[in-house]
Amino acid sequence: MAEPMGFYTDTTVCIGCKACEVACKEWNQLPSTNGGVNTLSGDSYDNTRRLDGIHWRHVKFIEQFTEDRKDGRWLLMSDVCKHCVHAACLEVCPTGAITRTEFDTVVIQSDACNGCRDCIAACPFGVIDINPVSGTAQKCTLCYDRLQSGLEPACSKACPTQSIQFGTIKELQGRAQKRVEQLHQSGEQRAYLYGADERMLGGLNSFYLLVDKPEVYGLPPDPKMPTRNLAAGSMFSVLGALLVGLLGVFNFRDRGAREEQRRRENEETRP
Amino acid sequence: MNAFPSSTFFSAAPEWGWLITLYFFFGGLAGGSYFLASLIDLFARPQDRPLSRLGFYIAFPCIVISGILLTFDLHRPLRFWHMLIESNTYQPMLKLWSPMSVGSWALVIFGAFSFVSLLGALADAERIPWPAWREVHPPSILGRFVAVIGGIFGFYVAGYTGVLLAVTNRPIWSDTPVLGLLFIVSAASTSAALMILLADRWQWSMPGLLDLHRFDAWVIALEFIILITLMISLGPVLRAWLNAWGLLLLLGVVGVGMLAPLALYWRGSGQRNMMISAALVLVGGFLLRVVIVFSAQGV
Repeated sequence: MAEPMGFYTDTTVCIGCKACEVACKEWNQLPSTNGGVNTLSGDSYDNTRRLDGIHWRHVKFIEQFTEDRKDGRWLLMSDVCKHCVHAACLEVCPTGAITRTEFDTVVIQSDACNGCRDCIAACPFGVIDINPVSGTAQKCTLCYDRLQSGLEPACSKACPTQSIQFGTIKELQGRAQKRVEQLHQSGEQRAYLYGADERMLGGLNSFYLLVDKPEVYGLPPDPKMPTRNLAAGSMFSVLGALLVGLLGVFNFRDRGAREEQRRRENEETRP
Repeated sequence: MNAFPSSTFFSAAPEWGWLITLYFFFGGLAGGSYFLASLIDLFARPQDRPLSRLGFYIAFPCIVISGILLTFDLHRPLRFWHMLIESNTYQPMLKLWSPMSVGSWALVIFGAFSFVSLLGALADAERIPWPAWREVHPPSILGRFVAVIGGIFGFYVAGYTGVLLAVTNRPIWSDTPVLGLLFIVSAASTSAALMILLADRWQWSMPGLLDLHRFDAWVIALEFIILITLMISLGPVLRAWLNAWGLLLLLGVVGVGMLAPLALYWRGSGQRNMMISAALVLVGGFLLRVVIVFSAQGV
């Protein structure tokens, strides 16, 4: 296996140009929304709205302004699949369409997916959706085809500010840690890394430098694996089956036994 | 108050809609009816056999409907077999930790048991000219074996859907471990209700009907307790039901589907009461699945 590869996204230098979105769409030949008819969301400069089957990159615009708008800041973040080391989508996929590649990234094989949508409900980040053209679940592949040819993904290649950086996870972690320290030294104490280490789903192969709480960026503070409920859910279900079974036996057998007893008593008392 | 009571609020809705809701209902009826039919065959009196046959008559069409609903819910229906066979290698596809994967196999196996038991029931009623099929129907040893194993698979089909919802990252579904338990108990109550309704339609009056009615009352009471437990287990996520879905849950599921049938049971087991009560249980069971499926996706 090649060394694990991924993205480190420094949200503090994102300028919201959406070059990553465009590069992603072009390289992966993703169709336009609504046949290209422009509809505005009314939510800041964000008309992409969310990650889905035809938007594998999404630049989020978070406006933090005071009521009188005298003070404030923009938080910009280019969102993408996190290529989790412990991937929820891969775990639940019933067709085996979702696989882990030699670069430790997570890819959906469109020819194997049947559009059951279990992965959509499983992903804690809301990354996956159905591509209406293929009828299959789709998301960022971390440009698997480009990686196989020794190229870097289209989005990071297009990013003009190096907000999206591509490389080996080890190298990116070192770079990100230095950047956090630099920001702390320059007075931005809120800077921290989201998903850079293995505490979060074994590590996110696409991790972030943030300067506010995860939920402000629309990220779950404590994402978990869906199978956390499997053992308890199964045991409670078995308990349910036992309870219903007992109630059934009790209700159907009870009367049968009583009638049998009555019949025997009648026979015994008969002369 | 925290705007997001759980990390599950950042996931996306899979857009499982009416087809899946109907599947949950029919799948529950299939599994529950089979299980009740087996139970009646194994434990009740011989004169109740028409009732058990009725259970098998319900189970097979319901599981066929379930399969059709599930297939049409796929965005690529012709690839339904990818659930069972790995499409690139043609090896069997089974993930023991994925409820949808195991559930797909369970549906196929339960479908086979339902078909065999249907033939057994038809032969037992002398509706098909193959008396040899009576052997797969209790009281024969083979028949008992088929009934027990099929009944276990029936329970699996009725309950795995709840576990499947729990093994996601959606709010409500994955914030409680008791959905499978609730679905199993609800499958039992709706199945008993459907059997009572159909038996009444054909004007049957075997003693087992009263047993079934009493059983249903017990199961509804149990279901009510489990629903309360589920609400408690949701903790702060319960807020997600402070809307029209919560109202439907309270009025439709609890009021119409649980408390009203229980009140009718208390008033006595007259024919009319039994009928109304059974119809209400079916309505409540369906609404329960509507609320569970849709409310978690509107968050």
